[in-house]
Amino acid sequence: MTGTEAQPARLAPLLRAGGTHQKLLAFASLIVLVLGFSLASPRFFQVDNILSILQATSVNGVLAVGVTLIIITGGIDLSIGTMMTFCAVITGVVLTWMGAPLLVGVATAIATGAVCGLVSGTLIAKARIPPFIATLGMMLVLKGLSLIVTGTRPIYFNDTEGYTEISTGSLAGKVLPQFPLPNGVLVLFLVAGIVAWILGRTVLGRYTFALGSNEEAVRLSGVDTAAWKIAIYALAGGICGIAGLLISSRLNSAQPALGQGYELEAIAAVVIGGTSLSGGRGTILGTLIGALIMAVLTNGLRVLSVAPEWQTVVTGIIIITAVYADQIRRRGSV
Amino acid sequence: MTDLVRMEGIEKRFPGVHALKSVDFDLRAGEVHALMGENGAGKSTLMKVLSGVYQPDGGRILIDGAEVALPGPRAAQDHGIGIIHQELALMRDLTVAQNIWIGREPRLSFGRIDEARQNAGATAILARMNLGIDPRTPVGGLTIARQQMVEIAKALSYRSRVLIMDEPTAALNDAEIAELFAIIAALRSEGVGIIYISHKMDEIRRISDRVTVMRDGARVDTVAAADTPVSRIISMMVGRELTEDRAAIPDLSGAETALELRHLWRGRELRDISFTLRRGEILGLAGLMGAGRTELARAIFGAEPCDRGEILVRGRPVAIRAPADAVRAGIGYLSEDRKQFGLAPGMDVRANVAMASLSRFASRIGTIDEAALGRVARGYIETLRIRTPGDRQQVRLLSGGNQQKVVIAKWLLRDCNVLIFDEPTRGIDVGAKAEIYRLLNELAAKGKAIIVISSELPEVLRLAHRIAVMCEGRLTGILPGGAAQEDIMALATKREGEAA
Repeated sequence: MTGTEAQPARLAPLLRAGGTHQKLLAFASLIVLVLGFSLASPRFFQVDNILSILQATSVNGVLAVGVTLIIITGGIDLSIGTMMTFCAVITGVVLTWMGAPLLVGVATAIATGAVCGLVSGTLIAKARIPPFIATLGMMLVLKGLSLIVTGTRPIYFNDTEGYTEISTGSLAGKVLPQFPLPNGVLVLFLVAGIVAWILGRTVLGRYTFALGSNEEAVRLSGVDTAAWKIAIYALAGGICGIAGLLISSRLNSAQPALGQGYELEAIAAVVIGGTSLSGGRGTILGTLIGALIMAVLTNGLRVLSVAPEWQTVVTGIIIITAVYADQIRRRGSV
Repeated sequence: MTDLVRMEGIEKRFPGVHALKSVDFDLRAGEVHALMGENGAGKSTLMKVLSGVYQPDGGRILIDGAEVALPGPRAAQDHGIGIIHQELALMRDLTVAQNIWIGREPRLSFGRIDEARQNAGATAILARMNLGIDPRTPVGGLTIARQQMVEIAKALSYRSRVLIMDEPTAALNDAEIAELFAIIAALRSEGVGIIYISHKMDEIRRISDRVTVMRDGARVDTVAAADTPVSRIISMMVGRELTEDRAAIPDLSGAETALELRHLWRGRELRDISFTLRRGEILGLAGLMGAGRTELARAIFGAEPCDRGEILVRGRPVAIRAPADAVRAGIGYLSEDRKQFGLAPGMDVRANVAMASLSRFASRIGTIDEAALGRVARGYIETLRIRTPGDRQQVRLLSGGNQQKVVIAKWLLRDCNVLIFDEPTRGIDVGAKAEIYRLLNELAAKGKAIIVISSELPEVLRLAHRIAVMCEGRLTGILPGGAAQEDIMALATKREGEAA
């Protein structure tokens, strides 16, 4: 290879790491959905509506990016929904009840998530509890803890100045007043960019794929697979903490009863984005597209005044169709 | 008489590879037709075409003189073509009979399975093979050899007239091989045509009628097995004559001790094992299947740590509780099962080569220097002559011999001083075997300490400077290199409490 090839080669691993066709397919579906809804209703393709779609993507998108890491290792995390809520609750305790400054609150949210991830990761990698079971247990434990800590009542962030700005404020709007992109969306892009970089460029990312590809071979290469796996769950947990910040900032409160169900939406976004549930394959770009498809669908159906119960049915069908398309693609390219 | 199977001008292309180049092949009823060739020569691809797994890009397949289409494995089965895979495809928790009739269970009303009829049918087939296996035994409780027999019984239950066997003896001992050959002889006399893929010359001469040799996706020739010398078959396979060079045994009396085991125990599998290994030495580890050789290797490497005993590396005791400890101490292990334990098949050559040494290519914040990594990987592709389109090729697409070289590259890059090779040439063809032998000798000459586990005595005799023999978890003796086969076998069968 010569030096002239180095430049494109630098970007290539970020894009190549599996499922290119699926991403094209997912991206094409996204375009088709957007076009379809735009034709069906003049209210769909408006700046306000686009912004609200992006805003709606941000929480699910951040969760999905985090869980993508875990799914690539061949694992699963069912606790991310209630973990997100638990992080928001602990942040509320620190900010509202203890009166700590905003930045401490942000750090608390991320640290809480990381600790939760550490616990899940340890249960899975050291105690060898299957990920599905370990995180199912964590899901319930964290849900209960949130209710216990708050006494089942929401914690409001009225005393913390600027807390709602995290999600709903718009730094971008100061530059581009016509398109005031909410900060939550910027956070999503930032998180996605960093995780894509980690996956494509770093040792942690390489082991993430390697664990999903053949964990035993990695262990027999002298790699401390347990430690890396725990690190991956902790990282995903930290990202969950960021999602907790975003949702509580948008609601200006930590709602302890919220959260369950978010994990399934995030996993759906990951799968639509072409990441294989059996591990070893997946991309962050795909996950972003998957999260956008979910948000566009929900929003578009609402704009078209489709009843919510039918929205749920359509979403289910879309998930199945996406995975079926992936299966067909893989059968064709053995 | 028309041929049972006739394949004419079979073409198959994969992205970047012309896997089959207008290959002709035929099989008569009641013959054993050996198919030979180096790994990657196209044998398995050809057989996958015949068994309906792959669709050919050109050519035609005739069965009993009539052209047939084989769009899938089911169609091939319907035409009486059965295949016994190298990796057994049985469900361990189901019984022998359940495995044989899977997918075609005899039914009673309301979807109930007629277990009695199922067991009777299985018994009949097993009797035809002279096998006294109870059809109600769970398959997982049988030896590998017996499991293979069950696979054959399953193929026969489809009324197969063509049986494809892909290296059936790879995991069998001599007695089991004799049993298998008796079954093959019985089937042949019934008019079943058998396609036999193997790398073992003596087997080919013992049982086959004709031999077809393939090289680089093309058929070289088809010859009668009885009147073709082995050297001619080998030269057809590799395209050149092979010289049999025996490793000279170097004087290692002054060499530093690289590895020492003191009274290693683990459960009932390893009992009081002690030996030393010097730098530059190749120690052969011989023994029958189940003697505990792989278990010893895995204990030294920490994959299943020992319960008691000491391991010293360069004279210093090291605690090996996990593979990571062993690698840190400079010990590398090449498993007999590369796909399961050696490689991440979906990842590329570059990533696999780097698997044990990634930290060396990492910056402080954990980013990987891909450019340097690529250079190193391409260097190994060249020096080890790994046949691959490039360092970004997924290793699952490489042939067995080339996959083995990728694993070797992984440990060379890690710069291990003690290398344990567990069946390094299993499933590897003659030409690549010679290359692996040369590689092992070079590594020893450079001062690496090497343990070679092999079930093929000629291989041990050819490589080892000393031969350690195990039996039932104990080390029964250490012989000098080039010892007589009879002496090795005597130690390999020496039970506890017996005099030598």
